[in-house]
Amino acid sequence: MTLNYPISSLAAHPPRLSPAYKSTVKRTPSKPLIIMRHTLSELTGPVYGHETVRENDNDLTLQCKGEPLGERIIVHGHVLDEDGRGVPNTLVELWQANACGRYIHVVDQHPAPLDPNFTGAGRTQSDAEGYYKFVTIKPGAYPWGNHHNAWRPAHIHFSVFGHSFISRLVTQMYFPGDPLFPFDPIFNSVTDEKARNRMISSFDLENTQPEWALAYRFNIVLRGRNATPMETK
Amino acid sequence: MSETAKEITPSQTVGPYFAYGLTPNGKYDWNDAFSNNLVTSDTSGERIRVEGRVFDGDGAPVPDCMLEIWQADAQGRFNDPQDKRALPNSSFRGFGRVGSDGNGGYAFDTIKPGVVPDPDGKPQAPHLVLAVFARGMLLHLYTRIYFDGEAANAADPVLALVPSDRRATLIATRKPGTGNAVYCLDIRLQGDNETVFFEV
Repeated sequence: MTLNYPISSLAAHPPRLSPAYKSTVKRTPSKPLIIMRHTLSELTGPVYGHETVRENDNDLTLQCKGEPLGERIIVHGHVLDEDGRGVPNTLVELWQANACGRYIHVVDQHPAPLDPNFTGAGRTQSDAEGYYKFVTIKPGAYPWGNHHNAWRPAHIHFSVFGHSFISRLVTQMYFPGDPLFPFDPIFNSVTDEKARNRMISSFDLENTQPEWALAYRFNIVLRGRNATPMETK
Repeated sequence: MSETAKEITPSQTVGPYFAYGLTPNGKYDWNDAFSNNLVTSDTSGERIRVEGRVFDGDGAPVPDCMLEIWQADAQGRFNDPQDKRALPNSSFRGFGRVGSDGNGGYAFDTIKPGVVPDPDGKPQAPHLVLAVFARGMLLHLYTRIYFDGEAANAADPVLALVPSDRRATLIATRKPGTGNAVYCLDIRLQGDNETVFFEV
């Protein structure tokens, strides 16, 4: 299968310069990006599989001696391409704050407790149909210094590879109904409402496990379409 | 399941705290999936180091970015079955990842890649594809690293797209010295001598 990657699909992404998110101001190129034809260097990508993932790397509640505090959740979904086909055997990495909204990163020193039983990092490989699953703790809201009383909505960071180096995606998964959505410049950097909503997971009663954990579904759509003569220039 | 067209998931910033998940490098209780050393014992080709620093629009170093490279082996082959030509005959994967240090510095130990054809079959000069992720970047940036002194640079179809006065931002210069070649290239996200980035 040969895929192509129309750059028109990039319109779903936030504009690089989003001044409400202040750190973008000095970290956005001032000159236009140069458009080029995709060569093999862009159309291929690293292939990493199960050898990269250890048992329980996808269960963030089992990585330490004891159980982490907070609300245990299942986060699962389907990694897809733009034609709706599952992306099999691709690496999915995630990282997140703990239930109190505190990151284990040394730079996060805000006064919320670390959890000795929670690191907040995980990885897995999508299965042969493109499905993935994590067990983790629902992260708390996180305060940051972008503006007065700035709080990030609860979110989980995702890093996904896909079929090529240009299908690479780093994004954040949000939880439905978060009251912080209207005030978050990172979430709202995605200007199209439908595109924004694709970053919000959905509560999934069907996969919620009784007396164990709520489930949230988060499908991830990566660049990549079937090549057709019409689209080949 | 029926296959219907889907629209892509938007990108969001990698944020300031990716290191413990993506580039722990011994500082956190989590293992690294990737390294900035791509060389395996069975890799053929010229061993090189590529290093530099990353700067923002004020010329301040960027201490919290992640760089990823993707490249062909010394024979110009990618370790991906989508490359329909012969696959590499070594365990060289062609992918590396590193987090910048407190001075915005980065380094990759790898091999100089071979020649990869463009879509018309014309040779491209040896190059690495580089992706830059950082706090303050809602979507990663793509650029390329070429090598000073390569005669093939003059005919490279991608370099030819770049105004001549900006091409130097893509060409790593070789440090004087003996031993394995060390190539240097700084990445400037904005401002004077801003690195050329590609919309791919």
